[in-house]
Amino acid sequence: MSGIPKIAISSVILFLLAIMPTVLNNYQMSLMTLILVYALLAMSVDILAGYAGRTPLCHGALFGCGAYSVMYFVTVSAGSPWIGSLVALGVVLLVSLVFALLAVRTSGVYFLLLTLALGMIVWGVCQRWTSVSGGENGLRGSIRPTWLIDPVNFYYFVLLLASVMSAVMYKFVSSPFGLTLKGIRESESRMQSLGYNTTLHLTIGFCFSGLMAGMAGVLYAFLNSFVSPTTVSLSQSVKGLLMAIIGGIGTLFGGIVGAALIIVLENLVSSVTERWSMVLGGIFVLTMIFVPSGLLGKLNSVMHKDLDDKSH
Amino acid sequence: MMPFSLFQLLNGLTFAALLFIVASGFTLIFGLMRIVNLAHGAFYLLGGYIAYVSATWADSFVIGILVAVVCIALLGWFEQMILKLVKGVELHQVLLSLGLALMINDSSLVIFGGDTFSIPIPEFLKGPMPLLGMFYPKYRLFVLLCGIVVFIFLWLLINRTKLGALIRAGVDDSETIEALGIDIKKIFVFTFMLGMALAGVAGALGGAFLSLYPTADSEILVYSLAIVIIGGRGSLPGAAIGSLAVAMLATFGQVLFPELSYFVIFGPMALLLAFRPTGLFGRA
Repeated sequence: MSGIPKIAISSVILFLLAIMPTVLNNYQMSLMTLILVYALLAMSVDILAGYAGRTPLCHGALFGCGAYSVMYFVTVSAGSPWIGSLVALGVVLLVSLVFALLAVRTSGVYFLLLTLALGMIVWGVCQRWTSVSGGENGLRGSIRPTWLIDPVNFYYFVLLLASVMSAVMYKFVSSPFGLTLKGIRESESRMQSLGYNTTLHLTIGFCFSGLMAGMAGVLYAFLNSFVSPTTVSLSQSVKGLLMAIIGGIGTLFGGIVGAALIIVLENLVSSVTERWSMVLGGIFVLTMIFVPSGLLGKLNSVMHKDLDDKSH
Repeated sequence: MMPFSLFQLLNGLTFAALLFIVASGFTLIFGLMRIVNLAHGAFYLLGGYIAYVSATWADSFVIGILVAVVCIALLGWFEQMILKLVKGVELHQVLLSLGLALMINDSSLVIFGGDTFSIPIPEFLKGPMPLLGMFYPKYRLFVLLCGIVVFIFLWLLINRTKLGALIRAGVDDSETIEALGIDIKKIFVFTFMLGMALAGVAGALGGAFLSLYPTADSEILVYSLAIVIIGGRGSLPGAAIGSLAVAMLATFGQVLFPELSYFVIFGPMALLLAFRPTGLFGRA
């Protein structure tokens, strides 16, 4: 993609996304909105997995924390959805901070395991703390403000937020701070000897990534009007990670491609059979065996073969 | 009832025994092969289901356990063949096993449905028996006994046999072992199948007192993860201490804060990680 300026590509993609409502029906619109929501989740996973070199399995839980908090605030406490969203983001930030403090000292498989265990604790709490979470039944209720009830308006709202957030995430990973995360990925000990406080940097990176996942969760609650323990389950984290991997780890915007692929596939599969979970597992297995660097990653390495060789 | 009664203590101990059987297999595989098998919980549940079906069919608890062990060990052999496809990249292996876990769980759901099953236990293990001035379920004591037997068996295997010496040497430096002319791959396969067999045993034993239901695999997986994180990779004493810690906290947590019991196992994990990121007995 080096020949064409990135800004041109993004404008074309944004333009295409913006004219979608003229050609799609309401159901397809909600599907598109869902893709945008999951794209945010996948990108938030990629900030950690691709840039900081720490593969997380707790982002489904952070996503769910956001969704549960805003749902609880609006449906049970009868608060405003906007304040609810802010409260939810605060909750997610707090949970992310706790997770980060525990997890950032580890790396590799340990980081994965620890985040998996932490995420599962959130799931366990949602499952059992029935007086707050509604248990297996979850929480239900439309929490969108009236002017967002129209699916087209809501789509534009999510599109706007997703574009802004993608730009923020892009700025984040390409900023000097984002480069220190990359430095930590390559060699944490060297970064330490250069005088960087790697724990602090990873904590900030983790919290930022968690916040993005939480925002995706809030939008998901707006869209879906329903949350249940499935929303925070391991398979949600797996889904987010798979989208990031299929899109290509460390490509950020690859997450959008991954999200689109998985959501469309999920819909096609679910219309034929109830065995989506099996298909998801199967895709994961096949991806890890055949394209562990993801589709965009694969494309990139084919296009810049010599460049890639040097970097490894 | 007093929450810190002897009864609860025994509940914690018997639960720890079960968790130890699951987690010892998990930690063995993790320690020797550096494979974190996230399908462990799924195999535990599948083992339980297989034991349920065969025990009901043959009307024998022992046959149930044996069938579960053999089936899960064979599936383990199959899984390590698949894991070989992404050999060398730890992270890919973990994620691959996670994909397998989703597939196994969904298959279990298709075959056995969403109902709750309890494995029938033999007559002589049913009911309570007098113990220390109270009555305690015989079956839970039997599980405690099994946990102790498994611990002794594994400890002797690892520390007192030639095979154990090879396994320990393989943990430290598998290349040197191979250079000495020993087929380390066979030892790897054996360990993997042994670990899986333990998951099968645990599924059969646990299926009778925790019962079997579709999300049981995740719960067991989280417990196993917590145990290995607390105890450290590949360490049997670590797994034993981790099991005790997790089971006690889960048991007393359930009495004191029924809705947040899951949250309670989080405490020691957090504390420990602040001081020893590789766990009590772990090595970097």
